[in-house]
Amino acid sequence: MGFIGDQVESIRSMQVRQVLTQIISLGMIVTSALIIWKGLMVATGSESPVVVVLSGSMEPGFKRGDILFLHMSQDPIRTGEIVVFNIDGREIPIVHRVIKVHERQESGEVDILTKGDNNFGDDRLLYAQGQLWLQKHHIMGRAVGYLPYVGWVTIVMTEKPIIKYLLIGALGLLVITSKE
Amino acid sequence: MHSWGTRLLAAATTAAVLLVAACAAASALDAFHVPSVEAQAHVTKINRFHKQINGNDKVTLTFSLSANLESLFTWNTKQVFAFVTAEYETAKNSLNQVSLWDNIIPDKDQANVQVEVKSKYPLIDQGTSLRGKKVQLVLHWHIMPNAGAMIRGKMPLSEFTLPDTYTS
Repeated sequence: MGFIGDQVESIRSMQVRQVLTQIISLGMIVTSALIIWKGLMVATGSESPVVVVLSGSMEPGFKRGDILFLHMSQDPIRTGEIVVFNIDGREIPIVHRVIKVHERQESGEVDILTKGDNNFGDDRLLYAQGQLWLQKHHIMGRAVGYLPYVGWVTIVMTEKPIIKYLLIGALGLLVITSKE
Repeated sequence: MHSWGTRLLAAATTAAVLLVAACAAASALDAFHVPSVEAQAHVTKINRFHKQINGNDKVTLTFSLSANLESLFTWNTKQVFAFVTAEYETAKNSLNQVSLWDNIIPDKDQANVQVEVKSKYPLIDQGTSLRGKKVQLVLHWHIMPNAGAMIRGKMPLSEFTLPDTYTS
């Protein structure tokens, strides 16, 4: 009895230990991803440091699926910069170029007008009803860096959720089945 | 120890690191590239100068532009976005920048720009301060790379003074 009991005990404790290790390694992966993202947020000063281009309105400069790195500094916004902005009542932010800037004499407040390089007219039709200008608080960041194609990963995952679940499942399986 | 998964992961990680390093290197090289742009622009005609119904001054004008932007192109340049703004100061605004013309230059062969711009975009003020106003034409460029950092630059071109009265 004593011999078998010891064996069972040792197997059980090993499994517990292994499961715990796997949970911890999974936690490490998730938290390190979070650390990188939050670290980027602090470094760039933008609440979303990386955006994926979703429309062709900036072609041929930026195509659908390209990614942009944003930076939000205190420098004033000037024409020619590519900014990412949010419109009230619109969920998805827009990436377009600034074509007009009016900066107030005393307060330093700015009125900004944008346009997509590939669009014929300016963005007033995209803005909220009756809105003529963007203000500083609409701007999420200005684009400073560019990488082509990488954003397709997220586009595919949001448009075909099945692929996302398959990928998460496969990764989870890999983590669970992997031995030291 | 070296399972399929770990090998794949190692290969992917190395590839990603190398790509990031290549992008950083390309951007670093671009940062050392000193372009020498030569450009001139002159306003040749004020076509129409009036006050809009909503109370803003509006000018349509013609200007000639000659700009050689070939030196902006490096091996990592995808395109150059060039544009001309009218810049001026008013009692209300410390800076007004209004884009008058823009152009996407896809390669070096097309970077020697000679154009007569007949009001691609009108000059519209925020208010009515354009009469007799001194306005500066500024050439801007925005270099968009194949991958890496984007670079902006500008060059003041010429000044012109708008008439003291509306034309219509």
